[in-house]
Amino acid sequence: MSSVTFDKMTKRYGDVTAVSDLSLEVKDKEFLVLVGPSGCGKSTALRCLAGLEEISDGHIRIGDRVVNDVPPKDRDIAMVFQSYALYPHMSVYDNMAFGLKLRKTPKSEIDRRVHEAAQILGIEQYLDRKPKALSGGQRQRVALGRAIVREPSVFLLDEPLSNLDAKLRVQTRAEISKLHQRLGTTFIYVTHDQVEAMTMADRIVVIKDGVLQQVDSPQNLYDHPVNIFVAGFIGSPSMNFFDATLTGDAKEMYVDTGTFRLRLSDEQAQKVAGSLGKEVVFGIRPEDINSPDYLPADVKGVRAPATVDLTEMMGSEIYVYLTAGNDKNFIARIDPRAAYHVGEKVEILFNLDSIHLFDRETEKSLLV
Amino acid sequence: MAANSANSKQRQKLISDIIINGALFLLVFVWTVPTFGVLVSSFRTRFDIQTSGWWSILPHREWMKVNEFKPDKDLDRDGVMTIKGLQGTFKEFRKGIETPDGTRVTWIGNKRLGRIEVQERRWTMRTDLTLENYTNVLSGKKYALKDAAGNEKIVRGDNFWGAILNSLTVAVPATVIPIMIAAFAAYGFAWMNFPGRKILFVIVVAALVVPVQIELVPILRDYVKLDLNGTFLAVWLAHTGFGLPLATYLLYNYISGLPRDILESAFIDGASHFTIFTRLILPLSVPALASFAIFQFLWTWNDYLVALVSIGSKPDVQVLTMRLAEIVGSRGSDWHLLTAGAFISMILPLAVFFSLQRFFVRGMLAGSVKG
Repeated sequence: MSSVTFDKMTKRYGDVTAVSDLSLEVKDKEFLVLVGPSGCGKSTALRCLAGLEEISDGHIRIGDRVVNDVPPKDRDIAMVFQSYALYPHMSVYDNMAFGLKLRKTPKSEIDRRVHEAAQILGIEQYLDRKPKALSGGQRQRVALGRAIVREPSVFLLDEPLSNLDAKLRVQTRAEISKLHQRLGTTFIYVTHDQVEAMTMADRIVVIKDGVLQQVDSPQNLYDHPVNIFVAGFIGSPSMNFFDATLTGDAKEMYVDTGTFRLRLSDEQAQKVAGSLGKEVVFGIRPEDINSPDYLPADVKGVRAPATVDLTEMMGSEIYVYLTAGNDKNFIARIDPRAAYHVGEKVEILFNLDSIHLFDRETEKSLLV
Repeated sequence: MAANSANSKQRQKLISDIIINGALFLLVFVWTVPTFGVLVSSFRTRFDIQTSGWWSILPHREWMKVNEFKPDKDLDRDGVMTIKGLQGTFKEFRKGIETPDGTRVTWIGNKRLGRIEVQERRWTMRTDLTLENYTNVLSGKKYALKDAAGNEKIVRGDNFWGAILNSLTVAVPATVIPIMIAAFAAYGFAWMNFPGRKILFVIVVAALVVPVQIELVPILRDYVKLDLNGTFLAVWLAHTGFGLPLATYLLYNYISGLPRDILESAFIDGASHFTIFTRLILPLSVPALASFAIFQFLWTWNDYLVALVSIGSKPDVQVLTMRLAEIVGSRGSDWHLLTAGAFISMILPLAVFFSLQRFFVRGMLAGSVKG
């Protein structure tokens, strides 16, 4: 049970900087998810924490202890690998007991812990099998079990679900969340899948090109992304972006995309007043674009014309691919009762309460 | 149409299968026949080997005596004779004259005292095989032997048994020592970070190109200085040295291909390099270790040159190949003993090969393809 602190940690491979200046505080018992596109350095950060890579600069603390030069086995951590990394020539029981045996844990204690972990994970009947006789999901549990028996103060999970099929992934996702609640230990989880991040995390860390972008709870991250990257990365289908200009005056400010003009509320106008007349990026999530005929309650919006390119029926909603003006494509999630046809010219409605504005140069949000 | 083309495709496949299998069978047959001949010869008596080929153990037709009589005394043995209604000179009868009904009349022996045989072609096999050659070759002592006439002869054996023990004494440690060293080295090169790792590895692999022959004389001189020549230790060291580069290279390829995650997981579990090596790497490398063990064992077992240089040919340390070469000299015409000796020297390699051949085939691929 302990917190983890990255203090200006940097990891370089030769000239390439994999993680730069990462400062992050992971609270005790927190489920923290590192998310980002592949190659962004999230796995490297985790491996540095595990002690599998030496860090080039800064400090890593587990609890109050600086662990920069502590070997992996003494960091009181356990790691679950994407490939599970089970020892192929050992039975499930021996796989789970291996770490404890090396630590000279008494036999009866090993036995107790292995059976307890196996019971939690529902793999008791497989204890005598070799890993190759198990399915992907079962192997995954063994890998988790191997981490559990060690009773570490921090769990590190490196994309543990990416080798599972879609259905099993959803199921295991829930099980890992339950496991976290049951064990009450700090979990640090790396994934490239923003759905996993959103569903499991207490807090999400978004990383891009080795640089931390934003740390926040899933809801805040979704509602208030600090920059274009985070806004585009979280959410599926991802946010629509339009190049726009802020026009008007302090009393009546408009976002002008060339094809349509949206009037900002006074509160919003106040926040972006400094950027009046500048070029901005206007962002809006697909679910904040509605059909005027089927509006959710309390939505105030601005209408704009568009042409329907394609519709995808999802049952609970329709994804409508639209074009506005000259080849500006965007997606809307619309009530399924709105019968849109391909090629049709329609009016859609932007929900003004949930728009995002970013500076075109710095790509930072103007509304936060 | 579709069915037709499917049919013709099937037929093509069948034809190519027949051609491939036929060619393979032919190759195997051509390669196996001489070995089989040696095997058969090693069980035949000296007399049989000298009078007929090994293939006469197979069913074949041969002239067999059905009747025998003395020729009339008053036959004109220098002119044309008539025997059993056949006319011919002595020379022709010596060769044998065939009658239309398939028998043959042959004069056996000299002109004056010979006899005449009436022969018929009959199916026959020469199956009077013996284990005596092996007893003879294996034994080191003088022992009594009964020949065909029942006379006892005292023969001195060729002492292959002692040579087999010597060969084992050479080959087993000369296989185990380099593998142990190479496995440790391969792990170090593959998974440990130390300065000069790449350069050292390149040097080890570069040693592969140095031929054995040019090292023999310098090594022999060193052995003489160290007073090692003529000992088993000398030949173990020599084989270890010659085997290490290839062993290190092969095992490195295999061990470096093991999944990194497994090792890292073991590190986090608290294993040291030594624990990882003994508990994970060795068990997981069994195929590579076994395949190299076969290579090295066969090579040291069949080696003549290195053994000759480092332990010499004194009878008490002589290895099998040397013994065999020696009896080729001393008993060059005794094929029954040479073939038996040759086969004795092949038994162990064959046994090793057949019991471990699945590793052998996999091991040959070990360096080339990963996964």
